[in-house]
Amino acid sequence: MSKTNEVVLTPIFKNNPIALQILGVCSALAVTSSMSVTVVMCLALTSVTAFSNLFISSIRNHVPGNIRIIVQMTIIASLVIVVDQVLKAFAYEISKQLSVFVGLIITNCIVMGRAEAFAMKNPPGISFLDGIGNGLGYSVVLLSVGFVRELFGSGKLFGFEILPLVTDGGWYYSNGLLLLPPSAFFLIGIFIWILRTAYPDQVEKPEFEMAPNTKKEAA
Amino acid sequence: MEHYISLLVKAIFVENMALAFFLGMCTFLAISKKVQTAIGLGIAVIVVLTITVPVNNLIYNYLLKDGALAWAGMPDVDLSFLGLISYIGVIAAMVQVLEMFLDKYVPALYNALGVFLPLITVNCAILGAALFMVERDYNFGESVVYGAGAGVGWALAIATLAGIREKLRYSDVPHGLRGLGITFITVGLMSLGFMSFSGVQL
Repeated sequence: MSKTNEVVLTPIFKNNPIALQILGVCSALAVTSSMSVTVVMCLALTSVTAFSNLFISSIRNHVPGNIRIIVQMTIIASLVIVVDQVLKAFAYEISKQLSVFVGLIITNCIVMGRAEAFAMKNPPGISFLDGIGNGLGYSVVLLSVGFVRELFGSGKLFGFEILPLVTDGGWYYSNGLLLLPPSAFFLIGIFIWILRTAYPDQVEKPEFEMAPNTKKEAA
Repeated sequence: MEHYISLLVKAIFVENMALAFFLGMCTFLAISKKVQTAIGLGIAVIVVLTITVPVNNLIYNYLLKDGALAWAGMPDVDLSFLGLISYIGVIAAMVQVLEMFLDKYVPALYNALGVFLPLITVNCAILGAALFMVERDYNFGESVVYGAGAGVGWALAIATLAGIREKLRYSDVPHGLRGLGITFITVGLMSLGFMSFSGVQL
């Protein structure tokens, strides 16, 4: 039981795939300008990661080592096609906004990385949970970035007005920068800063250490 | 001719793969510590994009598009849902072929690119360019230009970032921001800079 908890919970903060392992950053930046799109993207990625881990792990003993990448790719691509078709059928508007980024889940390094690092070595059940855990870790970063961007960028959450805009007779001047791409970089940078202040062991070692000040007499 | 030049400039600067669409970010952040390796990877991406985007364009237009199989006597077949799996297959196969070709005939370049070639298969910039090509309905000529332009833009961005990071090594960054954090902020600033191109009308 504790192993299960550990597998699901550690990737959320302690070993976050985006903040610590630098995996799957691309889509994290592009789809976070509104919450509803972000939520759909998180669900899509979490389900693809979980199921690709499940399937890859259940055939791991039957796949020859040198063609494993192609086999993994095929499984992941098929799952993404299923997700893409489901989105087109039931959430057409959102799938339009996500445009190419659903397809790009195939090359999202989280999916490949977890398949290679975890699913190839562990039994199916626990791999499935590992996929969910990493999907959640990804979602935490995405949702917090999306929250800030939509709330302060357009004064809304999930399309509902929270901060009434000046243009509509309210009092809030929207910050247009937050709707533009570069803001996502700053927000993730700050997210990493906060996370690493909370868990100081994640701080990277500097390549050069500044020498301590020496007094004139000592030198 | 003018149309192609404007498409090229647009692909390199205005719609820069890395800084405007955030594609290929994982490798972009991971392999930008040294200018030399960044340039090697950049060249590899240019080569692969220039080959795979046109090839995927042919596959889409003659096999997958709605009614594309008319030449085979099957005008009602729509295989476009197979798009994703075929593009990634083409990319993986192309990278493999390119690797073997370079190994046999241009060993100098092969050694220079080293481990980056196989890594390129999972670079989202490559698949992203193929998907954008489909979404915007480019013809064959346009797809060649677009592939090359997207590659050059990506290479330019990674080489610049590597240059900045080499200088940044000597600066005293707050502890929590060290490494990845400050890189994100730097890329954000670069992206702001590249946004000034977005007003350019061609």
